[in-house]
Amino acid sequence: MAMPQIKEAVAPAEPDIAVSTRNISKNYGDVEALKDLSLEFPRGQLTSLLGPSGCGKTTLLKIIAGLLEPTSGEVEVDGKAVTGPGEDRAFVFQDFALLPWASVLRNVAFGLELRGVAKSEREARAAKYINDVGLGGFENAFPHELSGGMRQRVGLARALSVDSQVLLMDEPFSAVDEQTRRKFQEDLLELVAVENKTFIFVTHSIEEAVYVSDQIAILLPRPSRVSEIIRPAGLRDKDVDNIRRDSEYLDIVDRIWASLRNYVE
Amino acid sequence: MTISRSMALKLISALVLFGAWEIAGWVPVSYAFPTFLESMSALIRMALDGSLFVAYAETLKPLIVGIAISGTIGIAIGIWIGLSNWFDWLFSPIFIVMQSAPLAALIPLLVMVYGIGLTSKVFVVCIMAMPVIVLNTAGAVRNTPTNLIEMGTAFLATRFEVITRIIVPSASPVIFSGLRLGVSAGFIGAILAELKITPTGVGDIITFSRSIADYASMYAAIFSIIVLAVIFLNLLEKLEIYLFEGNVRGYASD
Ligand SMILES: Nc1ncnc2c1ncn2[C@@H]1O[C@H](COP(=O)(O)OP(=O)(O)OP(=O)(O)O)[C@@H](O)[C@H]1O
Ligand SMILES: [Mg+2]
Repeated sequence: MAMPQIKEAVAPAEPDIAVSTRNISKNYGDVEALKDLSLEFPRGQLTSLLGPSGCGKTTLLKIIAGLLEPTSGEVEVDGKAVTGPGEDRAFVFQDFALLPWASVLRNVAFGLELRGVAKSEREARAAKYINDVGLGGFENAFPHELSGGMRQRVGLARALSVDSQVLLMDEPFSAVDEQTRRKFQEDLLELVAVENKTFIFVTHSIEEAVYVSDQIAILLPRPSRVSEIIRPAGLRDKDVDNIRRDSEYLDIVDRIWASLRNYVE
Repeated sequence: MTISRSMALKLISALVLFGAWEIAGWVPVSYAFPTFLESMSALIRMALDGSLFVAYAETLKPLIVGIAISGTIGIAIGIWIGLSNWFDWLFSPIFIVMQSAPLAALIPLLVMVYGIGLTSKVFVVCIMAMPVIVLNTAGAVRNTPTNLIEMGTAFLATRFEVITRIIVPSASPVIFSGLRLGVSAGFIGAILAELKITPTGVGDIITFSRSIADYASMYAAIFSIIVLAVIFLNLLEKLEIYLFEGNVRGYASD
Protein backbone atom coordinates (compact mmCIF):
# COMPACT_ATOMS: atom_id res chain seq x y z
CA MET A 1 0.00 0.00 0.00
CA ALA A 2 1.73 3.12 -1.14
CA MET A 3 0.73 6.69 -1.37
CA PRO A 4 -0.31 7.80 -4.80
CA GLN A 5 1.92 10.44 -6.30
CA ILE A 6 0.35 13.81 -6.29
CA LYS A 7 1.09 15.78 -9.35
CA GLU A 8 -0.62 18.91 -10.47
CA ALA A 9 -2.59 18.51 -13.61
CA VAL A 10 -0.87 21.16 -15.60
CA ALA A 11 -1.08 20.82 -19.32
CA PRO A 12 0.36 23.98 -20.78
CA ALA A 13 0.02 24.27 -24.51
CA GLU A 14 3.61 25.46 -24.78
CA PRO A 15 5.83 23.62 -22.32
CA ASP A 16 8.49 25.70 -20.61
CA ILE A 17 11.78 24.71 -22.21
CA ALA A 18 14.85 24.79 -19.93
CA VAL A 19 17.45 23.47 -22.31
CA SER A 20 17.36 23.27 -26.04
CA THR A 21 19.90 21.97 -28.49
CA ARG A 22 19.65 23.07 -32.06
CA ASN A 23 21.19 21.37 -35.09
CA ILE A 24 24.12 20.01 -33.10
CA SER A 25 26.83 18.26 -35.07
CA LYS A 26 30.01 16.96 -33.58
CA ASN A 27 32.92 15.42 -35.42
CA TYR A 28 35.94 13.86 -33.78
CA GLY A 29 38.34 14.05 -36.67
CA ASP A 30 36.73 11.80 -39.24
CA VAL A 31 34.26 10.30 -36.80
CA GLU A 32 30.84 11.92 -37.02
CA ALA A 33 29.47 11.44 -33.52
CA LEU A 34 26.40 13.65 -33.77
CA LYS A 35 24.72 14.98 -36.84
CA ASP A 36 22.16 17.74 -36.90
CA LEU A 37 20.62 16.81 -33.59
CA SER A 38 17.85 18.99 -32.20
CA LEU A 39 16.12 18.30 -28.95
CA GLU A 40 14.25 20.26 -26.30
CA PHE A 41 14.25 19.55 -22.59
CA PRO A 42 11.17 20.78 -20.71
CA ARG A 43 11.79 22.41 -17.33
CA GLY A 44 11.15 20.35 -14.24
CA GLN A 45 11.07 17.13 -16.23
CA LEU A 46 13.34 14.21 -16.74
CA THR A 47 14.45 13.46 -20.26
CA SER A 48 16.30 10.24 -20.98
CA LEU A 49 18.76 9.79 -23.78
CA LEU A 50 18.56 6.19 -24.84
CA GLY A 51 20.64 4.61 -27.51
CA PRO A 52 23.23 1.99 -28.32
CA SER A 53 26.76 2.26 -26.96
CA GLY A 54 28.96 4.69 -28.83
CA CYS A 55 26.05 6.60 -30.34
CA GLY A 56 27.10 9.89 -28.80
CA LYS A 57 25.08 10.23 -25.60
CA THR A 58 28.06 11.30 -23.50
CA THR A 59 29.15 13.64 -26.28
CA LEU A 60 25.74 15.34 -26.32
CA LEU A 61 25.71 15.64 -22.54
CA LYS A 62 29.19 17.20 -22.52
CA ILE A 63 28.19 19.65 -25.20
CA ILE A 64 25.21 20.71 -23.09
CA ALA A 65 27.56 20.98 -20.08
CA GLY A 66 29.80 23.29 -22.08
CA LEU A 67 32.72 20.88 -21.78
CA LEU A 68 32.87 20.21 -25.50
CA GLU A 69 32.37 22.60 -28.38
CA PRO A 70 29.94 21.35 -30.99
CA THR A 71 31.29 21.42 -34.52
CA SER A 72 28.15 23.29 -35.42
CA GLY A 73 24.82 24.11 -33.83
CA GLU A 74 23.98 25.69 -30.52
CA VAL A 75 22.80 24.96 -27.02
CA GLU A 76 20.60 27.27 -25.00
CA VAL A 77 19.92 27.10 -21.29
CA ASP A 78 17.10 29.38 -20.16
CA GLY A 79 17.25 31.10 -23.51
CA LYS A 80 20.93 31.98 -23.16
CA ALA A 81 23.49 30.45 -25.48
CA VAL A 82 25.97 28.14 -23.74
CA THR A 83 29.60 29.09 -24.16
CA GLY A 84 31.08 27.02 -21.33
CA PRO A 85 30.27 25.37 -18.02
CA GLY A 86 27.98 27.34 -15.73
CA GLU A 87 26.44 27.36 -12.27
CA ASP A 88 23.11 26.34 -13.77
CA ARG A 89 24.36 22.88 -14.74
CA ALA A 90 25.92 20.04 -12.75
CA PHE A 91 27.39 16.85 -14.16
CA VAL A 92 27.43 13.25 -12.98
CA PHE A 93 30.24 11.51 -14.80
CA GLN A 94 30.02 8.05 -16.27
CA ASP A 95 33.53 7.28 -14.96
CA PHE A 96 32.86 9.02 -11.60
CA ALA A 97 35.86 11.39 -11.90
CA LEU A 98 36.64 11.41 -8.18
CA LEU A 99 39.83 12.88 -6.75
CA PRO A 100 41.74 9.83 -5.48
CA TRP A 101 43.66 11.87 -2.90
CA ALA A 102 40.56 13.41 -1.35
CA SER A 103 38.14 11.92 1.16
CA VAL A 104 34.50 11.31 0.26
CA LEU A 105 33.60 14.46 2.15
CA ARG A 106 36.04 16.63 0.22
CA ASN A 107 35.04 15.03 -3.07
CA VAL A 108 31.38 15.74 -2.49
CA ALA A 109 32.16 19.27 -1.31
CA PHE A 110 34.54 19.91 -4.22
CA GLY A 111 31.96 21.67 -6.40
CA LEU A 112 31.08 23.96 -3.50
CA GLU A 113 34.77 24.45 -2.72
CA LEU A 114 35.30 25.73 -6.26
CA ARG A 115 32.35 28.07 -5.84
CA GLY A 116 34.03 29.60 -2.83
CA VAL A 117 31.61 28.30 -0.18
CA ALA A 118 33.17 28.45 3.30
CA LYS A 119 34.56 25.17 4.62
CA SER A 120 32.14 24.60 7.48
CA GLU A 121 29.10 25.35 5.36
CA ARG A 122 30.15 23.27 2.39
CA GLU A 123 31.02 20.33 4.62
CA ALA A 124 27.65 20.51 6.30
CA ARG A 125 25.90 20.55 2.94
CA ALA A 126 28.08 17.77 1.59
CA ALA A 127 27.38 15.65 4.68
CA LYS A 128 23.66 15.99 4.06
CA TYR A 129 23.93 14.73 0.49
CA ILE A 130 26.31 11.95 1.53
CA ASN A 131 23.55 10.76 3.83
CA ASP A 132 20.94 11.17 1.12
CA VAL A 133 22.77 8.86 -1.25
CA GLY A 134 23.25 6.34 1.55
CA LEU A 135 26.95 6.80 2.22
CA GLY A 136 26.62 8.07 5.80
CA GLY A 137 29.64 6.91 7.80
CA PHE A 138 31.96 6.93 4.79
CA GLU A 139 32.76 10.65 4.94
CA ASN A 140 36.42 10.04 5.65
CA ALA A 141 36.94 7.09 3.36
CA PHE A 142 38.99 7.48 0.21
CA PRO A 143 37.67 6.55 -3.24
CA HIS A 144 39.87 3.46 -3.55
CA GLU A 145 38.24 2.09 -0.43
CA LEU A 146 34.78 2.21 -2.03
CA SER A 147 33.04 -0.13 -4.41
CA GLY A 148 32.15 1.06 -7.90
CA GLY A 149 28.55 1.70 -6.90
CA MET A 150 29.62 3.69 -3.87
CA ARG A 151 31.97 5.81 -5.97
CA GLN A 152 29.15 6.51 -8.35
CA ARG A 153 27.04 7.72 -5.45
CA VAL A 154 29.82 10.08 -4.41
CA GLY A 155 29.69 11.59 -7.90
CA LEU A 156 25.92 11.85 -7.59
CA ALA A 157 26.14 13.58 -4.21
CA ARG A 158 28.72 16.03 -5.59
CA ALA A 159 26.39 17.02 -8.42
CA LEU A 160 23.36 17.33 -6.13
CA SER A 161 25.19 19.42 -3.54
CA VAL A 162 25.80 22.37 -5.87
CA ASP A 163 22.04 22.73 -6.34
CA SER A 164 22.06 23.47 -10.05
CA GLN A 165 18.92 23.91 -12.10
CA VAL A 166 19.94 21.35 -14.68
CA LEU A 167 21.37 17.96 -13.75
CA LEU A 168 23.27 16.14 -16.45
CA MET A 169 23.56 12.51 -15.46
CA ASP A 170 25.68 10.15 -17.51
CA GLU A 171 24.55 6.63 -16.65
CA PRO A 172 24.48 7.49 -12.97
CA PHE A 173 23.18 4.09 -11.88
CA SER A 174 25.23 1.84 -14.12
CA ALA A 175 27.55 0.59 -11.39
CA VAL A 176 25.08 0.00 -8.60
CA ASP A 177 23.43 -3.31 -7.87
CA GLU A 178 19.87 -3.99 -8.98
CA GLN A 179 18.29 -3.34 -5.56
CA THR A 180 20.10 -0.06 -5.10
CA ARG A 181 19.30 0.83 -8.67
CA ARG A 182 15.59 0.42 -8.07
CA LYS A 183 15.83 2.39 -4.88
CA PHE A 184 17.68 5.17 -6.73
CA GLN A 185 15.13 5.17 -9.51
CA GLU A 186 12.38 5.72 -6.97
CA ASP A 187 14.43 8.42 -5.25
CA LEU A 188 15.00 10.04 -8.60
CA LEU A 189 11.28 10.10 -9.36
CA GLU A 190 10.72 11.73 -6.01
CA LEU A 191 13.49 14.24 -6.65
CA VAL A 192 11.97 15.15 -10.00
CA ALA A 193 8.58 15.51 -8.34
CA VAL A 194 9.69 17.76 -5.48
CA GLU A 195 12.40 19.83 -7.11
CA ASN A 196 11.74 21.95 -10.10
CA LYS A 197 14.94 20.79 -11.72
CA THR A 198 15.56 19.66 -15.22
CA PHE A 199 17.14 16.23 -15.47
CA ILE A 200 18.94 14.94 -18.50
CA PHE A 201 19.61 11.31 -17.95
CA VAL A 202 21.65 8.94 -20.05
CA THR A 203 20.90 5.26 -19.78
CA HIS A 204 21.32 1.97 -21.61
CA SER A 205 18.35 0.42 -19.96
CA ILE A 206 15.01 0.63 -21.74
CA GLU A 207 13.13 -0.33 -18.56
CA GLU A 208 14.94 2.32 -16.57
CA ALA A 209 14.22 4.98 -19.16
CA VAL A 210 10.53 4.17 -19.27
CA TYR A 211 10.32 3.95 -15.49
CA VAL A 212 11.85 7.33 -14.68
CA SER A 213 11.32 9.56 -17.71
CA ASP A 214 8.86 12.20 -18.69
CA GLN A 215 10.35 12.11 -22.13
CA ILE A 216 12.59 9.59 -23.84
CA ALA A 217 14.75 10.55 -26.78
CA ILE A 218 15.90 7.56 -28.76
CA LEU A 219 19.18 8.14 -30.53
CA LEU A 220 20.31 6.18 -33.52
CA PRO A 221 23.89 5.00 -33.98
CA ARG A 222 26.50 7.28 -35.45
CA PRO A 223 26.06 9.79 -36.81
CA SER A 224 23.45 10.27 -34.16
CA ARG A 225 20.12 11.95 -34.54
CA VAL A 226 16.95 11.71 -32.50
CA SER A 227 14.95 9.02 -34.17
CA GLU A 228 11.93 9.19 -31.92
CA ILE A 229 10.64 10.96 -28.84
CA ILE A 230 8.41 9.00 -26.53
CA ARG A 231 6.45 10.56 -23.69
CA PRO A 232 5.18 7.98 -21.24
CA ALA A 233 2.78 10.65 -20.01
CA GLY A 234 0.21 8.33 -18.54
CA LEU A 235 2.76 6.62 -16.32
CA ARG A 236 3.81 9.68 -14.37
CA ASP A 237 0.51 9.96 -12.58
CA LYS A 238 0.52 6.35 -11.56
CA ASP A 239 1.57 4.80 -8.32
CA VAL A 240 5.36 4.22 -8.37
CA ASP A 241 5.01 0.71 -7.06
CA ASN A 242 2.70 -0.40 -9.82
CA ILE A 243 4.41 1.13 -12.81
CA ARG A 244 6.32 -2.02 -13.67
CA ARG A 245 3.08 -3.99 -13.89
CA ASP A 246 1.28 -1.35 -15.86
CA SER A 247 0.26 -2.33 -19.37
CA GLU A 248 1.22 1.06 -20.75
CA TYR A 249 4.71 0.63 -19.26
CA LEU A 250 5.10 -2.77 -20.86
CA ASP A 251 3.81 -1.49 -24.18
CA ILE A 252 6.30 1.34 -24.28
CA VAL A 253 9.20 -0.94 -23.34
CA ASP A 254 8.18 -3.24 -26.17
CA ARG A 255 7.84 -0.41 -28.62
CA ILE A 256 11.29 0.95 -27.83
CA TRP A 257 12.81 -2.48 -28.04
CA ALA A 258 11.16 -2.96 -31.44
CA SER A 259 12.74 0.20 -32.79
CA LEU A 260 16.17 -0.42 -31.24
CA ARG A 261 16.57 -4.09 -32.07
CA ASN A 262 17.35 -3.27 -35.70
CA TYR A 263 20.63 -1.80 -34.50
CA VAL A 264 21.76 -4.70 -32.38
CA GLU A 265 23.70 -7.29 -34.29
CA MET B 1 50.98 -3.81 14.07
CA THR B 2 51.98 -3.48 10.44
CA ILE B 3 54.28 -0.60 11.30
CA SER B 4 56.19 -2.62 13.87
CA ARG B 5 56.37 -5.51 11.44
CA SER B 6 57.88 -3.39 8.66
CA MET B 7 60.19 -1.92 11.28
CA ALA B 8 61.30 -5.42 12.26
CA LEU B 9 61.90 -6.32 8.63
CA LYS B 10 64.04 -3.24 8.15
CA LEU B 11 66.05 -4.10 11.26
CA ILE B 12 66.59 -7.65 10.07
CA SER B 13 67.76 -6.54 6.65
CA ALA B 14 70.13 -4.01 8.28
CA LEU B 15 71.52 -6.74 10.56
CA VAL B 16 72.06 -9.08 7.61
CA LEU B 17 73.82 -6.34 5.67
CA PHE B 18 76.07 -5.32 8.56
CA GLY B 19 76.80 -8.95 9.40
CA ALA B 20 77.86 -9.57 5.83
CA TRP B 21 80.02 -6.48 5.94
CA GLU B 22 81.66 -7.64 9.20
CA ILE B 23 82.40 -11.08 7.76
CA ALA B 24 83.71 -9.61 4.50
CA GLY B 25 86.05 -7.47 6.64
CA TRP B 26 87.31 -10.59 8.45
CA VAL B 27 87.97 -12.62 5.32
CA PRO B 28 89.24 -9.98 4.18
CA VAL B 29 87.95 -9.14 0.74
CA SER B 30 90.75 -6.65 0.35
CA TYR B 31 93.35 -5.34 2.74
CA ALA B 32 91.70 -1.92 2.20
CA PHE B 33 88.31 -3.18 3.41
CA PRO B 34 87.75 -2.70 7.14
CA THR B 35 85.20 -4.63 9.18
CA PHE B 36 81.90 -3.09 10.11
CA LEU B 37 82.91 -2.67 13.77
CA GLU B 38 86.20 -0.98 12.88
CA SER B 39 84.32 1.44 10.67
CA MET B 40 81.78 2.15 13.38
CA SER B 41 84.43 2.81 15.99
CA ALA B 42 86.11 5.22 13.56
CA LEU B 43 82.73 6.89 13.07
CA ILE B 44 82.22 7.25 16.82
CA ARG B 45 85.74 8.62 17.21
CA MET B 46 85.13 11.27 14.52
CA ALA B 47 81.77 12.11 16.07
CA LEU B 48 83.30 12.48 19.53
CA ASP B 49 86.20 14.70 18.46
CA GLY B 50 83.74 16.79 16.45
CA SER B 51 85.53 16.47 13.12
CA LEU B 52 82.52 14.71 11.60
CA PHE B 53 80.23 17.62 12.41
CA VAL B 54 82.68 20.21 11.13
CA ALA B 55 82.86 18.20 7.90
CA TYR B 56 79.09 17.99 7.58
CA ALA B 57 78.69 21.70 8.19
CA GLU B 58 80.80 22.14 5.07
CA THR B 59 79.20 19.40 2.94
CA LEU B 60 75.61 20.24 3.80
CA LYS B 61 75.91 23.81 2.51
CA PRO B 62 76.06 23.05 -1.23
CA LEU B 63 73.87 19.99 -0.70
CA ILE B 64 70.99 21.83 0.95
CA VAL B 65 71.21 24.89 -1.25
CA GLY B 66 71.45 22.73 -4.36
CA ILE B 67 68.55 20.46 -3.38
CA ALA B 68 66.40 23.43 -2.39
CA ILE B 69 67.04 25.09 -5.73
CA SER B 70 66.53 21.88 -7.69
CA GLY B 71 63.36 21.08 -5.77
CA THR B 72 61.60 24.43 -6.07
CA ILE B 73 62.81 25.57 -9.46
CA GLY B 74 62.83 22.04 -10.83
CA ILE B 75 59.21 21.41 -9.89
CA ALA B 76 58.14 24.84 -11.17
CA ILE B 77 59.88 24.36 -14.52
CA GLY B 78 58.56 20.81 -14.70
CA ILE B 79 54.97 21.96 -14.20
CA TRP B 80 55.46 24.60 -16.82
CA ILE B 81 56.93 22.17 -19.32
CA GLY B 82 54.09 19.74 -18.62
CA LEU B 83 51.47 22.41 -19.25
CA SER B 84 52.83 24.01 -22.36
CA ASN B 85 54.01 22.32 -25.51
CA TRP B 86 55.99 25.38 -26.33
CA PHE B 87 57.96 25.23 -23.08
CA ASP B 88 58.41 21.55 -23.56
CA TRP B 89 60.00 22.20 -26.91
CA LEU B 90 62.19 24.96 -25.48
CA PHE B 91 63.41 23.42 -22.21
CA SER B 92 63.08 19.65 -22.25
CA PRO B 93 66.17 19.14 -24.43
CA ILE B 94 68.30 21.08 -21.95
CA PHE B 95 67.40 18.75 -19.11
CA ILE B 96 67.68 15.64 -21.22
CA VAL B 97 71.21 16.70 -22.20
CA MET B 98 71.96 17.61 -18.57
CA GLN B 99 70.81 14.19 -17.43
CA SER B 100 73.06 12.35 -19.82
CA ALA B 101 76.05 14.71 -19.68
CA PRO B 102 79.23 13.25 -18.20
CA LEU B 103 79.46 15.40 -15.09
CA ALA B 104 83.16 14.80 -14.52
CA ALA B 105 83.85 16.40 -17.89
CA LEU B 106 81.78 19.45 -17.00
CA ILE B 107 83.45 20.12 -13.66
CA PRO B 108 86.58 21.77 -15.08
CA LEU B 109 84.32 24.07 -17.09
CA LEU B 110 82.31 25.00 -14.02
CA VAL B 111 85.47 25.68 -12.06
CA MET B 112 86.76 27.88 -14.84
CA VAL B 113 83.58 29.95 -14.81
CA TYR B 114 82.59 29.94 -11.14
CA GLY B 115 85.83 29.20 -9.31
CA ILE B 116 86.29 26.56 -6.67
CA GLY B 117 83.88 27.99 -4.12
CA LEU B 118 80.35 27.18 -3.07
CA THR B 119 78.79 28.24 -6.39
CA SER B 120 80.48 25.52 -8.40
CA LYS B 121 79.55 22.89 -5.85
CA VAL B 122 75.93 24.03 -5.81
CA PHE B 123 75.98 23.75 -9.59
CA VAL B 124 77.21 20.20 -9.43
CA VAL B 125 74.43 19.26 -7.01
CA CYS B 126 71.86 20.95 -9.26
CA ILE B 127 73.13 19.31 -12.42
CA MET B 128 72.79 15.96 -10.71
CA ALA B 129 69.44 16.57 -9.02
CA MET B 130 67.46 18.86 -11.31
CA PRO B 131 66.92 16.89 -14.55
CA VAL B 132 65.17 13.93 -12.98
CA ILE B 133 62.98 16.26 -10.91
CA VAL B 134 62.05 18.39 -13.93
CA LEU B 135 61.44 15.48 -16.29
CA ASN B 136 59.40 13.47 -13.78
CA THR B 137 57.27 16.49 -12.90
CA ALA B 138 56.67 17.37 -16.53
CA GLY B 139 55.69 13.82 -17.41
CA ALA B 140 53.31 13.54 -14.48
CA VAL B 141 51.67 16.87 -15.23
CA ARG B 142 51.20 15.91 -18.86
CA ASN B 143 49.58 12.63 -17.81
CA THR B 144 46.97 14.10 -15.50
CA PRO B 145 43.77 12.12 -16.13
CA THR B 146 41.69 14.25 -18.48
CA ASN B 147 38.46 13.21 -16.79
CA LEU B 148 39.58 14.94 -13.58
CA ILE B 149 40.42 18.14 -15.42
CA GLU B 150 37.07 17.93 -17.18
CA MET B 151 35.33 17.42 -13.84
CA GLY B 152 37.06 20.49 -12.41
CA THR B 153 36.05 22.54 -15.41
CA ALA B 154 32.47 21.34 -15.18
CA PHE B 155 32.35 22.49 -11.55
CA LEU B 156 33.72 25.89 -12.56
CA ALA B 157 37.37 25.66 -11.55
CA THR B 158 39.53 28.43 -12.94
CA ARG B 159 42.67 27.45 -14.83
CA PHE B 160 44.71 28.24 -11.71
CA GLU B 161 42.47 26.07 -9.52
CA VAL B 162 42.72 23.24 -12.03
CA ILE B 163 46.50 23.42 -11.71
CA THR B 164 46.72 23.73 -7.93
CA ARG B 165 43.84 21.47 -6.90
CA ILE B 166 43.84 18.83 -9.61
CA ILE B 167 47.00 18.71 -11.70
CA VAL B 168 49.58 19.11 -8.94
CA PRO B 169 47.98 16.73 -6.42
CA SER B 170 47.41 14.20 -9.15
CA ALA B 171 51.03 14.47 -10.28
CA SER B 172 52.38 14.44 -6.75
CA PRO B 173 53.26 10.73 -6.46
CA VAL B 174 55.46 10.96 -9.54
CA ILE B 175 56.79 14.39 -8.53
CA PHE B 176 57.81 12.91 -5.20
CA SER B 177 59.46 9.92 -6.79
CA GLY B 178 61.39 12.40 -8.95
CA LEU B 179 62.32 14.29 -5.81
CA ARG B 180 63.57 11.12 -4.16
CA LEU B 181 65.73 10.28 -7.16
CA GLY B 182 66.85 13.91 -7.34
CA VAL B 183 67.83 13.99 -3.68
CA SER B 184 69.83 10.79 -4.02
CA ALA B 185 71.56 12.20 -7.08
CA GLY B 186 72.16 15.44 -5.19
CA PHE B 187 73.97 13.57 -2.43
CA ILE B 188 76.18 11.94 -5.03
CA GLY B 189 76.74 15.36 -6.59
CA ALA B 190 77.75 16.94 -3.28
CA ILE B 191 80.36 14.28 -2.58
CA LEU B 192 81.54 14.28 -6.17
CA ALA B 193 82.01 18.05 -6.01
CA GLU B 194 84.14 17.66 -2.89
CA LEU B 195 86.22 14.96 -4.46
CA LYS B 196 86.71 16.68 -7.81
CA ILE B 197 86.76 20.41 -7.07
CA THR B 198 88.36 20.98 -3.69
CA PRO B 199 88.47 18.47 -0.88
CA THR B 200 86.27 19.90 1.85
CA GLY B 201 83.86 18.40 4.35
CA VAL B 202 83.07 14.72 4.04
CA GLY B 203 84.90 14.59 0.72
CA ASP B 204 87.98 15.75 2.54
CA ILE B 205 87.66 12.99 5.16
CA ILE B 206 87.38 10.44 2.35
CA THR B 207 90.35 11.83 0.39
CA PHE B 208 92.55 12.39 3.41
CA SER B 209 91.93 9.11 5.20
CA ARG B 210 92.51 7.24 1.97
CA SER B 211 95.84 9.01 1.50
CA ILE B 212 96.98 7.87 4.94
CA ALA B 213 95.46 4.40 4.50
CA ASP B 214 92.98 4.94 7.35
CA TYR B 215 90.35 2.92 5.56
CA ALA B 216 88.12 2.58 8.61
CA SER B 217 87.60 6.37 8.66
CA MET B 218 87.04 6.44 4.93
CA TYR B 219 84.30 3.82 5.11
CA ALA B 220 82.86 5.51 8.18
CA ALA B 221 82.47 8.74 6.19
CA ILE B 222 80.86 6.93 3.25
CA PHE B 223 78.59 5.05 5.62
CA SER B 224 77.50 8.26 7.35
CA ILE B 225 76.54 9.95 4.08
CA ILE B 226 74.44 6.95 3.08
CA VAL B 227 72.69 7.00 6.45
CA LEU B 228 72.03 10.70 6.06
CA ALA B 229 70.59 10.19 2.60
CA VAL B 230 68.27 7.45 3.88
CA ILE B 231 67.08 9.68 6.72
CA PHE B 232 66.44 12.50 4.28
CA LEU B 233 64.47 10.26 1.93
CA ASN B 234 62.37 9.03 4.85
CA LEU B 235 61.59 12.60 5.84
CA LEU B 236 60.52 13.28 2.28
CA GLU B 237 58.19 10.31 2.42
CA LYS B 238 56.67 11.63 5.67
CA LEU B 239 56.08 14.97 3.97
CA GLU B 240 54.37 13.27 1.06
CA ILE B 241 52.07 11.28 3.33
CA TYR B 242 51.28 14.44 5.26
CA LEU B 243 50.42 16.39 2.12
CA PHE B 244 48.59 13.79 0.02
CA GLU B 245 47.32 11.10 2.29
CA GLY B 246 44.80 9.58 -0.12
CA ASN B 247 47.35 9.38 -2.90
CA VAL B 248 49.87 7.49 -0.83
CA ARG B 249 47.26 5.02 0.28
CA GLY B 250 46.93 3.96 -3.33
CA TYR B 251 45.00 4.90 -6.40
CA ALA B 252 41.45 3.85 -7.00
CA SER B 253 41.52 1.10 -9.57
CA ASP B 254 38.64 1.61 -11.91
N1 LIG C 1 37.70 12.29 -27.53
C1 LIG C 1 37.28 11.56 -28.58
N2 LIG C 1 38.04 11.43 -29.68
C2 LIG C 1 37.62 10.71 -30.73
N3 LIG C 1 36.44 10.07 -30.80
C3 LIG C 1 35.63 10.15 -29.74
C4 LIG C 1 36.01 10.88 -28.56
N4 LIG C 1 35.01 10.78 -27.65
C5 LIG C 1 34.07 10.01 -28.24
N5 LIG C 1 34.43 9.62 -29.48
C6 LIG C 1 33.63 8.82 -30.42
O1 LIG C 1 32.36 9.39 -30.50
C7 LIG C 1 31.35 8.39 -30.44
C8 LIG C 1 30.37 8.71 -29.35
O2 LIG C 1 30.99 8.58 -28.09
P1 LIG C 1 30.21 8.77 -26.74
O3 LIG C 1 31.18 8.61 -25.63
O4 LIG C 1 29.47 10.05 -26.79
O5 LIG C 1 29.21 7.55 -26.79
P2 LIG C 1 28.11 7.09 -25.73
O6 LIG C 1 26.80 7.11 -26.42
O7 LIG C 1 28.22 7.87 -24.48
O8 LIG C 1 28.53 5.59 -25.49
P3 LIG C 1 28.38 4.71 -24.14
O9 LIG C 1 26.94 4.39 -24.03
O10 LIG C 1 29.19 3.51 -24.43
O11 LIG C 1 28.90 5.52 -23.00
C9 LIG C 1 32.06 7.07 -30.23
O12 LIG C 1 32.01 6.37 -31.45
C10 LIG C 1 33.48 7.41 -29.90
O13 LIG C 1 34.33 6.54 -30.56
MG1 LIG D 1 28.81 7.45 -22.54
